[in-house]
Amino acid sequence: MKILTGNDLVTGDVTWWTGEGWSRHIEDAKDVGDQGDILAQVEEAARRVNTPYVIDAEATPEGPRPAHIKDRIRALGPTVRPDLTLKPADPNAGSWVI
Amino acid sequence: MYKYDEYDHSIVAARIDEFRDQVRRRLEGHMTEDQFKPLRLMNGLYLQLHAYMLRVAVPYGTMDSRQMRMLGRIARKYDRGYGHFTTRQNIQFNWIKLADTPEILEELATVEMHAIQTSGNCIRNISSDQFAGAAADEVTDPRPWAELLRQWSTFHPEFTYLPRKFKIAVIASDTDRAAMRLHDIGIQIVKNDAGELGGRIYVGGGMGRTPMIAPLIKDFVPFADFISYLEACLRVYNRYGRRDNIYKARIKILIHELGADKYREEVEAEFQAVKQLGIDPPQAEFDRIAAHFAPPAFETGLSDAIDRSDPNFAAWVDQNVSAHKAAGYAVVTVSLKPTGGIPGDASADQIDIMADLAERFSFNELRVTHAQNIVLPHVAKHDLFRVYQMLAHAGLAEANLDLISDIIACPGLDYCSLANARSIPVAQKIAQRFADLDRQRELGELKLKISGCINACGHHHAGHIGILGVDRKGTENFQLLFGGSGAEDVSLGKITGPGFSEDGIVDAIEKATNVYLAQRDRGERFVDTYRRIGMEPFKEAIYG
Repeated sequence: MKILTGNDLVTGDVTWWTGEGWSRHIEDAKDVGDQGDILAQVEEAARRVNTPYVIDAEATPEGPRPAHIKDRIRALGPTVRPDLTLKPADPNAGSWVI
Repeated sequence: MYKYDEYDHSIVAARIDEFRDQVRRRLEGHMTEDQFKPLRLMNGLYLQLHAYMLRVAVPYGTMDSRQMRMLGRIARKYDRGYGHFTTRQNIQFNWIKLADTPEILEELATVEMHAIQTSGNCIRNISSDQFAGAAADEVTDPRPWAELLRQWSTFHPEFTYLPRKFKIAVIASDTDRAAMRLHDIGIQIVKNDAGELGGRIYVGGGMGRTPMIAPLIKDFVPFADFISYLEACLRVYNRYGRRDNIYKARIKILIHELGADKYREEVEAEFQAVKQLGIDPPQAEFDRIAAHFAPPAFETGLSDAIDRSDPNFAAWVDQNVSAHKAAGYAVVTVSLKPTGGIPGDASADQIDIMADLAERFSFNELRVTHAQNIVLPHVAKHDLFRVYQMLAHAGLAEANLDLISDIIACPGLDYCSLANARSIPVAQKIAQRFADLDRQRELGELKLKISGCINACGHHHAGHIGILGVDRKGTENFQLLFGGSGAEDVSLGKITGPGFSEDGIVDAIEKATNVYLAQRDRGERFVDTYRRIGMEPFKEAIYG
């Protein structure tokens, strides 16, 4: 699957296109098919996202899992500071990245 | 400590006003990201993996307690309670909001700090010896020279859009604690036979994709010609530097292609023209700057004796305390490398504690080191035990300076958008493998440096042991290098062979240290043994 990601313009937070808007949680990301680039242009022009780009991801029961480790780290947070990730209470969250 | 004059205050204030307006225009949609990006970078604001990152300049690594406390305040109020001290003697905050940035810069300006020259193709923040003004082996304090260069280079209209970024280091002793010859320009302040101070100028060093050691370009440039000569060095680069290819745009490539002799000729010719412009400051101006760096009022008659009855304290003194030029005083290096910690990170509370210690025990001064530690430069020896106890209480008394766990590591793929692999977890695993301090001391001085990509922010080329993280078909892989040094015995590390997994690299390093222990001669450091016996015995142990 293809998913669309970027950073929030104001906060810099990593965000994911949900089909209707942007979410900080990759579980909400939806397949954009071949519409990613045009969506990115529209959303960036509307300042709802900064520097969006399309990535490959694998559809899993838990939600999309980016193909590249860089985007998996973006999705979770720094692996060396579990307390600062989006899943601070999940001791296994780091294994999803690796 | 240098204090801003009215010009410093006004240019920083004007820059903040300008940036506030730029941020407003960006948020209101009057600028695209492509238009805004170079403007935010000129103010130290990057967009990294998880958020905006603000890099704050610490000119030549020197701060006072008030400034350090401000960094703690920024960490607490605008970030997530910590900061990351960098290999350029600066600090980075990893979780900054764009809209907060003008306010942060305004707060920094109240303590004479800013984020100027921390990004972009300009002359970056000048770095220096973290022991400057305290080192027993310096011929003079290099910081007035560095401050002069800061004033010369800040917003220099001719050098704001160089072919690439430009880094200058200034030292004033034969011991190089600043990786001086791995800079675009490295300057050693020396005394000539007549007793005059001047600069020995090396040009064309650097790490990154194409590491090079800077060749000597001029053995002695007197103060009267100092700025003109450096202006000429930059002008030649600005004219001939490769703007067509980012990978060949640093001055090291120009000098490599021209040859040092030809570059020197070009600089000398340019210098003859520049000298006519009258841009060299008068001695009185240098003296005005230097007065800000006058030594503090050291007490006289202090004892050099240290009560070493506490063994942990004695170990810390042996490892983290260095000779001071004033009798009865010592230089303390506070390790930001606790076992399993993140190299260079300090919490807001730890930052405040170091500020307090500096105020109480070090004449209000602190330094950031390029090895991502903090220095208290002027501590009376009779205060060392109290300082140690307070550091220990704050988790800052690791006695590992220059040992294998005193690792330089870039933020790597955990934070950095340029990185290919994570540096910090590797550093943590190595530190944990060698957690036993007795074992570390047995290995002696061993400088281990890790970069998460070829840009080499973690100085892997200059490590006795270097590690470079690469992306191999989407998987992190780690190349191993031996034999580098950023010190006065400067050298570039050589790759051992095929790379390793994260766990494999830790095993390989352990095997290499075993080779060293088995083969070392008396008094040899790891790097000395490597230089004597070569790569083969190490390769046999690692790959055999």
